[in-house]
Amino acid sequence: MERIPILKMGPYLLVTIQVDMHDRVAMTLQDELTEQIVRQHASGVLLDISSVNVVDSFIGRMIGNIAGISRVLDAETVVVGMRPAVAITLVELGMALPGIRTALNVDAGMALLKSARKISSNGRLAR
Amino acid sequence: MAVLRDDRMALRSVDDIIKARQLVRDGAIGQGLSLVDQTKLVTAVSEIARNTLVHGGGGDMRMEILNDGAQRGVRVTFSDQGPGIADIPLAMKDGYSTAGGLGLGLGGTKRLVNEFTIESEPGKGTKVTILRWR
Repeated sequence: MERIPILKMGPYLLVTIQVDMHDRVAMTLQDELTEQIVRQHASGVLLDISSVNVVDSFIGRMIGNIAGISRVLDAETVVVGMRPAVAITLVELGMALPGIRTALNVDAGMALLKSARKISSNGRLAR
Repeated sequence: MAVLRDDRMALRSVDDIIKARQLVRDGAIGQGLSLVDQTKLVTAVSEIARNTLVHGGGGDMRMEILNDGAQRGVRVTFSDQGPGIADIPLAMKDGYSTAGGLGLGLGGTKRLVNEFTIESEPGKGTKVTILRWR
């Protein structure tokens, strides 16, 4: 079964989804990413979906789960590179990914994670 | 209305959902649908195909490439012999779900296409037809 690589970039993890994601691949990614956030002490996750041409409610729910799990583990998730056609479709479908940060590309996503850490008001020291 | 192409495939596993998306993507490209319309139609196919699999216990998908005068479109029909839906208006409401999903399967999917019909009866399965014109 194909797997989606999880790359470490400083304090962040970068996940680039390049396949027409199978349900099982999505579930495996969710589990492996959770494990890597803890093991690598990651403070952020960049989920690059610029190659994804269909986000249905299953994949949308998986993105929401990843963001929710990482938040509980003190890491922010930023979804980057959503295609315009996917954005239009998601909103019409009724799934606007509430509470999930987005950025136009990986650079902008990383800048967002850096600034979020600085202004974080959760009482913890920035890592 | 002329049917230029008529394809059928079985929906038995999650792999078939991906195959269904690819088949309809090809059909939509062939009919000259815009990228946004292709994406809406293929996303709708993904939603309904998953319903057929999860709620209907698997079934069949039929894709018809249609020309109606100058209009060009793609019609996709999903049928299963599953338990059926007792209350269709309730199932169409945004937020309704029995499978722990986001509950926007049917109501949300209807907004992605130009025509949407659903026929279902408890014990007799479900048939959903969606159509997207160029």
